[in-house]
Amino acid sequence: MLSIDGNFPEYAVPGAKQVRFEPYADNGGSIVAIAGEDYAVIGADTRLSTGFSIYTREQKKLFKLSDKTVLGATGCWCDTLTLTRLLQARMQMYEHDHNKSMTTPAVAQMLSTMLYYKRFFPYYVSNVLAGLDAEGKGCVYSYDPIGHCERSNYRAGGSAGAQLQPLLDNQIGLKNMQNVKEAPIPREKALALLKDVFISAAERDIYTGDCIYILIITANGIQEEKFELRKD
Amino acid sequence: MSILAYNGGAVVAMKGKDCVAIATDKRFGIQAQTVSTNFPKVYQMGPTLYVGLPGLATDTQTVFQRLKFRMNLYELKENRVMRPKTFSAMLSNLLYERRFGPYFIEPVVAGLDPVDNQPYVCNMDLIGCPNEPEDFVVSGTCSEQLYGMCEALWEPNLSPDELFETISQALVNAADRDAISGWGAVVYIIEKDKITEKHVKTRMD
Amino acid sequence: MASILLPEVPVPGFSFENSQRNAFLAQKGFPAPTATKTGTTIVGIIYADGVILGADTRATENTVVSDKNCQKIHYLAGNMYCCGAGTAADTEMTTQSVSSQLELQRLHTGRTVAVETAATLLKRMLFRYQGYIGAALVLGGVDRTGPHIYCIYPHGSVDKLPYATMGSGSLAAMAVFEANWKPNMTEEEGKKLVRDAIAAGIFNDLGSGSNVDLCVIRSQGPAQYLRTYEEANVKGKKQGSYRYPLGTTAVLKQSVIPLEVTSVTVTASPQPMDVEPSHSRR
Repeated sequence: MLSIDGNFPEYAVPGAKQVRFEPYADNGGSIVAIAGEDYAVIGADTRLSTGFSIYTREQKKLFKLSDKTVLGATGCWCDTLTLTRLLQARMQMYEHDHNKSMTTPAVAQMLSTMLYYKRFFPYYVSNVLAGLDAEGKGCVYSYDPIGHCERSNYRAGGSAGAQLQPLLDNQIGLKNMQNVKEAPIPREKALALLKDVFISAAERDIYTGDCIYILIITANGIQEEKFELRKD
Repeated sequence: MSILAYNGGAVVAMKGKDCVAIATDKRFGIQAQTVSTNFPKVYQMGPTLYVGLPGLATDTQTVFQRLKFRMNLYELKENRVMRPKTFSAMLSNLLYERRFGPYFIEPVVAGLDPVDNQPYVCNMDLIGCPNEPEDFVVSGTCSEQLYGMCEALWEPNLSPDELFETISQALVNAADRDAISGWGAVVYIIEKDKITEKHVKTRMD
Repeated sequence: MASILLPEVPVPGFSFENSQRNAFLAQKGFPAPTATKTGTTIVGIIYADGVILGADTRATENTVVSDKNCQKIHYLAGNMYCCGAGTAADTEMTTQSVSSQLELQRLHTGRTVAVETAATLLKRMLFRYQGYIGAALVLGGVDRTGPHIYCIYPHGSVDKLPYATMGSGSLAAMAVFEANWKPNMTEEEGKKLVRDAIAAGIFNDLGSGSNVDLCVIRSQGPAQYLRTYEEANVKGKKQGSYRYPLGTTAVLKQSVIPLEVTSVTVTASPQPMDVEPSHSRR
């Protein structure tokens, strides 16, 4: 096919330009979640930004969906807000219908369906879901923006996902190491590792910093913790 | 897609106590297809001087040959070994000369200074802006993953053996999270009295 | 000895030998990658006894920090320094080239070179390259006509101002200057103001970060380069250590190349040049 732009560039009309509709923003932020035997920890930084500027240094990106389930979401912040509001509404409907609260795997499946429902106009969100499953074991689910869902024991997501993930592979997945014994990771170690990977990411990713907001999910409920990061 | 990610590959270098290490993966591919698993991107330029040239493979080889040529001339003229800092300046000028038609490589230089045996690491962008930090430098298609690993693993004053473990784990785990790096790795530990070359076992997928 | 491969006098200027190939690659869908940018906050002010320049120390490649502690205040001559923002290699090489021309000028005339001269050399160079050399500069110095601050833009336009800011953090820094700058500040006041302006860039602009560098050029005496004047951000303290026990990494094969340790007896003593050092004034 001949086209003006490709074959006859000298006949192209200067100045006439189609302006595309760009509905998405990238507001940055990173999440790390680690699941243990009887707990799950999830942390996200609290910086909300766009381009080269910071909107706020204290935006919590973790959503307590129930007392056993927490969702971490980063990406386009307006999509995050809409998605989580919808999710909370549907969880309440489930509770009214079935007279019990949703288990974490059920929430995980529903989130996948909700994301795929918007297959051709997706929510621009990087989701990591952490919580306790029906047996009380820790679990982590990670997603792509259109609803692919995968259960694992640890996962990093968001703008510094690439920087965070390899160290988790190495320290929790015990990848590429000889003479190591596989053992369930204790809670203190998981917490220390989570802080350390965020310290590393804050050094190199401009969208990660200020503070980490951590939620620790156990059978006794959800504990909160905060940890300072660099502010530049 | 960036032309820097056409062939894939990664290089990292780290400083230790009186030693320095440089490591590279061994993959050579054309986009997603792996062509060879024996294509290290690190070359020896002097007794204690190494350079890594990850990026477009054709430029890796061209730039290496040009560097070797310029370096041989220097050594013939001056009758002495080139210092790493001098080498970096030479490489930087070679790249900046092609500011408006660059070679698609992002080099890493690692070595011990032949005069005072101080460790030296340096990396550059593709038009030769040098960066000489106190800890480590990374380059290649999994540089983000390498940054994450190195920031956590590196600490000052590592002995040669510890440095080997640190740099190998950093490279191997980072390359596992990149689809176009890996397929074997080589690590060079440079000390003033010896150079140890170790081929590391990695995933081959 | 001279040949095409190795000319007696190297060909000056840029080489375009790869341009055709690179244009072809771009046409095939492989556009040339971006070079390291210094997102940057750089500033300069005039105070009672000279000028103060300031800069942050972060260099970025897109959203990743490629250098946490780079030098953005470049030496031009004993009486002037130049802060650079934009493409990192361009600011580095442009200032180096102009610095060498200024030194030749100084040796030729035997006088301290005027700041105006440096501004002219820089703007001519940048104008000639039509903005393709992406260097945004804040030039500061003192000569016999007093202290000067120049802003030089990538296309070669020049502003001459009492206080100036450049880079992605320029708005944050200028906000501080507009609020607090006044003529004839003392050196202490000036340093604090410049520090505050750079800190505003470091904390509020994501392209700027890490430490504050200062450079004070007084009307008398050599310039004072205050590298890492303030360490505005330190790396967090790690909770655990990630040292591996020896033997953790699987090795397939290894070889050792022993090196002869030659005791170098030739000590490179710095030979004094028979001209006066460049920071002296006349």
